[in-house]
Amino acid sequence: MALPTTGSTTLIINGEKYPLSVDHRTTLLDALRERLDLTGTKKGCDQGQCGACTVLIDGRRSLSCLQLAVAADGREITTIEGVADGDQLHPVQQAFLDLDGYQCGYCTPGQICSALGVIEEHAAGWPSAVTADVRPEAGPSALTDEEIRERMSGNLCRCGAYVSIVRAVARAAASARTPESTEVQA
Amino acid sequence: MREFAYQRAHDVPGAVALLGTVPDARFLGGGTNLVDLMKTGVERPALLVDVRQLPLGEIELTEDGGLRIGATVTNSDVAAHPEVRRRYPALAQAVLAGASGQLRNMATVGGNLLQRTRCGYFADPTHTSCNKRVPGSGCAAVRGEHHNHAILGASAHCVATHPSDMGVALAAFDAVVSFESADGQGELALSDFYLPVGETPHLETALPPGALITAVTLPPAPVAAASRYRKVRERASYAFAIGSLAAALDVRDGVVHEVRLAFGAVASRPWRAREAERVLTGGPATAEAFAAAADAELAAAEPLPDNGYKVPLLHNLVVTVLTELAEEAAR
Amino acid sequence: MTAVTPLRGAVGTAHTRIEGRDKVTGAARYAGELPFAELAHGWLVLSTVARGHIRSVEDGAVLELPGVLAVLHHGNAPRVETDYSGLMGMRPDPSVALFQHDRVPCAGWPVALVVAETSEQAREAAEALEVRYDEEPHDVGLRTGHPGTYTPADAPHAPAVTAKGDLEAELARSTVVLEAEYSTPEEHHNSMEPHAATARWEGGRLEVVDSNQGAVWVRNELANLFSLDPGSVRVLSEHVGGGFGSKGVRAHQVAAVMAATLLQRPVRVVLTRRQMFSLVGYRSPTAQRVRLGADADGRLRVLEHQALSQSSTVYEFLEPSAAPGRVLYDAVAHRTAHELVRLDVPTPTFMRAPGEAPGSFALESAIDELAEKCGIDPIELRARNLPEAGPVSGLPYAGRGLLTCFREGARRFGWADRDPRPGLRREGHWLLGTGTAAATFPAGAVPSTAAITAQADGTYTVRITAADIGTGARTALTLIAADALHVGTDRVHVLIGDSDFGPAMMAGGSMGTSSWGRAIIAAADALRERLALTDGVLPEGIPPEGITERSDTTAALAARPPKERHSYGAQFAEVAVDVSTGEVRVRRMLGIFAAGRIINPLTARAQFTGGMVWGISMALHEEAVRDRASGGLVGNDLAGYHIAAHADVPALEADWVDDPDPDDPAGIKGIGEIGIVGAAAAIANAVHHATGVRHRRLPIRPDRVLQGEA
Repeated sequence: MALPTTGSTTLIINGEKYPLSVDHRTTLLDALRERLDLTGTKKGCDQGQCGACTVLIDGRRSLSCLQLAVAADGREITTIEGVADGDQLHPVQQAFLDLDGYQCGYCTPGQICSALGVIEEHAAGWPSAVTADVRPEAGPSALTDEEIRERMSGNLCRCGAYVSIVRAVARAAASARTPESTEVQA
Repeated sequence: MREFAYQRAHDVPGAVALLGTVPDARFLGGGTNLVDLMKTGVERPALLVDVRQLPLGEIELTEDGGLRIGATVTNSDVAAHPEVRRRYPALAQAVLAGASGQLRNMATVGGNLLQRTRCGYFADPTHTSCNKRVPGSGCAAVRGEHHNHAILGASAHCVATHPSDMGVALAAFDAVVSFESADGQGELALSDFYLPVGETPHLETALPPGALITAVTLPPAPVAAASRYRKVRERASYAFAIGSLAAALDVRDGVVHEVRLAFGAVASRPWRAREAERVLTGGPATAEAFAAAADAELAAAEPLPDNGYKVPLLHNLVVTVLTELAEEAAR
Repeated sequence: MTAVTPLRGAVGTAHTRIEGRDKVTGAARYAGELPFAELAHGWLVLSTVARGHIRSVEDGAVLELPGVLAVLHHGNAPRVETDYSGLMGMRPDPSVALFQHDRVPCAGWPVALVVAETSEQAREAAEALEVRYDEEPHDVGLRTGHPGTYTPADAPHAPAVTAKGDLEAELARSTVVLEAEYSTPEEHHNSMEPHAATARWEGGRLEVVDSNQGAVWVRNELANLFSLDPGSVRVLSEHVGGGFGSKGVRAHQVAAVMAATLLQRPVRVVLTRRQMFSLVGYRSPTAQRVRLGADADGRLRVLEHQALSQSSTVYEFLEPSAAPGRVLYDAVAHRTAHELVRLDVPTPTFMRAPGEAPGSFALESAIDELAEKCGIDPIELRARNLPEAGPVSGLPYAGRGLLTCFREGARRFGWADRDPRPGLRREGHWLLGTGTAAATFPAGAVPSTAAITAQADGTYTVRITAADIGTGARTALTLIAADALHVGTDRVHVLIGDSDFGPAMMAGGSMGTSSWGRAIIAAADALRERLALTDGVLPEGIPPEGITERSDTTAALAARPPKERHSYGAQFAEVAVDVSTGEVRVRRMLGIFAAGRIINPLTARAQFTGGMVWGISMALHEEAVRDRASGGLVGNDLAGYHIAAHADVPALEADWVDDPDPDDPAGIKGIGEIGIVGAAAAIANAVHHATGVRHRRLPIRPDRVLQGEA
């Protein structure tokens, strides 16, 4: 029995539907970059070891290099191209720009998408590996620089722009701390 | 990566049936390990059966006060769950110590238990000797690079370690793995889940062929409320362990009433330190006793030339973490 | 002598990156990201044996696979020319002469290229391609005393060995003697953007969209290799995702050109992360020996620094680790010497602060050890040994800000309160310590050309084949051009990364901004003179094509007086060490630099701190492991080869003291590499201060700390 090795998938990217016929081997990352000309999402290692390909899938930061496109059918994907509101940069983007939260810029879209996830995950009360007490009774941890560093550690930056990236995430997180801050989607 | 077929399963029996239709078929969960291994040529499946959307995504309290975690629950959801954090804090900590936020959002509980070793010889097919990847081809690590390889339970045929952090906490808490195969449903205690290395390092689990993990159940364990996971690695985050410890301690009037200890990154499976537990139980909760218990467990260690440091590392972790837990209990 | 251009407001003022918005929105296109109709994908196949000959490439079966267009290998590839002098007069590394013979000199040697319609098809076909070898015994282990050890021939301006005075006699006269061996491992650049190139023939010209550190450099190499007129080759490299020395001409561009020529359609070749570990060069491991002899007051009688590194069997590349001693300290008897062993490994290459990075670890650790033996503060010991003139060259210094950096750094770091005794400070499980080290890196400039066009709308376009590999070059050059033209930055548009803009320095050697800035200032001066501009306000009647002036700095640079030109720095680190687990954490670092005039404080700070992060990485994490049996690397990916992650990097601080170079029109010395120099030594010295154990082997891994390995 020869089962097909290609299939159709509909990717919902930045609110737009993209029906595609894909080789099952095609990752979401390659579909974005090579099929849809959405090259803002970067390929740094293609092995889940650097974070450059980070996008949001159903609101959660994920690695598009390990996500098969065919398996992303119908899921809501946000890439760096969908982060700004038209010409208005998202506060995270603005903070990276103002505080020089990058150098070569190649890890930057992944860092920014990851930062969006970090801010939401923290707002939802998720602990991290440096949270002193993970028990719910202990209450949420403050988003200290140490917390930001741990939560952002899946995004490598070989230029070593970490100091200003952390500063940018902290500034954007502070500006995002509003009463109606959204929950992480389950 | 060879061409492969892809099928999405909608229910558990359907998933199991689909897998049986093609040899070399694999279940696809979060894909965080499998897709990487496919890219590097370690895995070359002909069919992927996508189980992400199966109705196995819930964490439920069991009637006896334990927790049942569905196999497709993401690592993130395990670590964020209030009952996990309340009843088994070391499990939440272990999950949070693993991988990255992005990977935890994708990776599933079932896949975590089935992830493959990160031994560099296994993960790169340009290395021709690896008994786990190519049975009978030899073990390059024994005489090669092995500073992060096993000191316990290994064999001359394979010295790879199991990379999971989550599994170490699950081992400490007597987790039970539920599965379904063509022959029906079954259960395996985590302590029986991983096979001894012996001469068959390519045979890793006791799951029947074609079986799908459906859930991991944690029995009630009051001792787990005072538990901790401590991981040592070669950078501060986003790295596999070189040694880790899941520990839980119940001290009453200075005496160890109950203790749970499991080691990570020292064996082909999460290493439940039952000998150390036996030595400690009923005895004094002192640093000397903790050290003696660690020594008792580590007496079985058979280090290679370059990984002997793991013996003092695990010893020190046991003493440090149990001392912390004892001090906190006394407060 | 050139007068230093006065500041006019742009230079010295923080400016966010010109291309910043494109980088934070994903609009910036890197080399592998431009769409081309009919694009085909190439995938390199690398040798799995470390030495031998290719017996056969079984391409028949692969050519039948879906989508496969071609398989290139030594049996069918076009011949390339390697008998030429390239960059800095160097002959090309034969590693880029793809598929020219059946010999395999190392594991990871490119043996074939598979081209297919899609990248998925190309990858599978490359994986499926069977290559048979006749294997030969190999040797990949660098060690002192290797029978193949030799002293390489002198390079221009860089002798392999320098020596003065009688070492043994001065050692005998020394009150305090320190002799120690240090080692650093094989290290890899690992820019976040993998090397990528798309080649195509367009209107009779070869066009290569590439990720490199110098578009003219790569153009010239490709023109030479393929015997093409340089004018018929165009290399474009607008955005570059890091380079660190690895992005010159490499296998991917050559492969893409071969395939595009064969198929007459655009071909893209992107390296995988694992392939990068074999194909783009790396920093050689080093084994270094330092001997110091001093009087009781710490004044050096003897400085000897001997450094062994490796190269491949096909090309000689030297990691000049003994270089820092030629600049930093004088001694009555002074010897610096390099040795090489040729092994069955890929050719190493320049990697951020070549020589100075590993060399400063050894020398600045040894100085710290000597200070401890003498009972003298390590900063004071350095102060007592600063030379008046170059210890080897005898030339005067074009500014030597080292002591100023130490004084300022010591004040801000709180060095005066430090108890030098090791192993005293404890915080819970952590032992705390502080350390310091000197940094130095040569400053220089290379002849470059630039063109500036005054346009009728009152704006100026600068064209220069510069590269911005994350350094902020595009922005810095905009500031320099604005000041040189006496206009605001909003009226200057700097275009870079196009070989058609003419010869210019590549981004490397900390010489880019100085070289390019000089050319831009010269063009601006010429333009202002030609148009009699006073305040940059253009006269009426500028033609539609604008008015262009070009510059060439060859003559001006040749007239520069010979001097010891260097950037300097003082590195300070505080670490915490848990000796029960072996974990080392850097708690804070401060680097103070004297590195010429700072053009853009915002991006300059990033260059310094980025280098310091490399220092953390080098001190604690980075190490490529080569398997002796197979000759290949183990764990050659970003999970196996650790670079510092966010959690490893505290709130580093970098700052600078005023230090304009009097012989550079913008006062520039160069800042790209100095940040890493001395950083690993400062951390290692701090680990010693914390624990009392001296780590002379990098990286300081937990297992080595646990074993108290010295």
